[in-house]
Amino acid sequence: MTTLRPPAFDPADAAAAARRFAAAAEPDIAYDVVDGPVGPLVVAITPRGLLQVSYEELRGGLDEILGGLAATVSPRILERRDVVEPVRRELDEYFAGRRTRFDLPLDWTLTTPFQRDVLRATAAIPFGETRSYGQIAAQIGRPGASRATGTALGRNPIPVIVPCHRILRGGGVLGSYTGGVERKRLLLDLEGVTTARD
Amino acid sequence: MIPPFQRFLDEQREPVYRFLIAAVGRDAADDCFQETFIAAMNAYPRLRPDSNLRAWVLTIAGRKATDHHRARARHPVPVAEPEPPPATTRSPDELALDDDALWAAVRALPPKQRAAITLRYAGDLSHRQVAEALGCSEDAARRSAHEGLKRLRQEVPVP
Repeated sequence: MTTLRPPAFDPADAAAAARRFAAAAEPDIAYDVVDGPVGPLVVAITPRGLLQVSYEELRGGLDEILGGLAATVSPRILERRDVVEPVRRELDEYFAGRRTRFDLPLDWTLTTPFQRDVLRATAAIPFGETRSYGQIAAQIGRPGASRATGTALGRNPIPVIVPCHRILRGGGVLGSYTGGVERKRLLLDLEGVTTARD
Repeated sequence: MIPPFQRFLDEQREPVYRFLIAAVGRDAADDCFQETFIAAMNAYPRLRPDSNLRAWVLTIAGRKATDHHRARARHPVPVAEPEPPPATTRSPDELALDDDALWAAVRALPPKQRAAITLRYAGDLSHRQVAEALGCSEDAARRSAHEGLKRLRQEVPVP
């Protein structure tokens, strides 16, 4: 008898078997990376809806982002281009100037109740319009809470699609942004919004 | 912390595939692979963070292989075993075929010996990990592998 060596196989066969598994599986979170003018976006979706959109370059990269979701929501995470496809399509249309509102179910799991109020009010701001932090705070019945509103927006888990870039500082000044001011500028340019100088 | 399942799948697909080719043969490997990862994903959130992921998933694959052999024992289908090629001028492909014939002989061993040998030599687990996978003592795992190898030497002619 010769020595008992592990059997040889083509790694492509194992990769194909893994793809077949992933295609039929029902993960708690499906993700894919969507490219656009604001850089690569990591899009994460649950059966309830869109859970998170992350600027890959600002959030420590794909592994860091997925590790965070594994620890906070569920480790049952799989790459699924097909599940993310409707989001990719709407983002592509938006970036190409052919879409002014998103029509996607949202999963608010990663938000607090206060943040949810703020982000729902933000999601209702039409394309090409802006509001101030104070206006949003007043709209959700918390007129004194413009600072807390700013914090809630800074932690928006679904940027671009929940358009926190449409919130400006008082006097129409650009203000800060979770994805950096250059991206805020780019998104507002895309929507034809001009802002006062900082 | 346990990694996202996609990373786990990326890292473990080859060890699991290799193990299953040995444990159930090339034709049944894909079906057992699917069943292994379906079971792994179901159990995944309950996995202890300090677990050895390869030993864990090979334990599951080992159970799927055992299920496969039990089902085949109930509904036997004739399978043609590969013919060993002549002993002269062998290409690497023919050597792989030799290995396949050897693993086919392993699959014909009694269940405990088959399980211990496939986990140890195709899964590359330690005797201790094999023992944990089979729910037996380390001594018993060693003994099963040893007896299986002894029997193989008697049954498989030296080329």
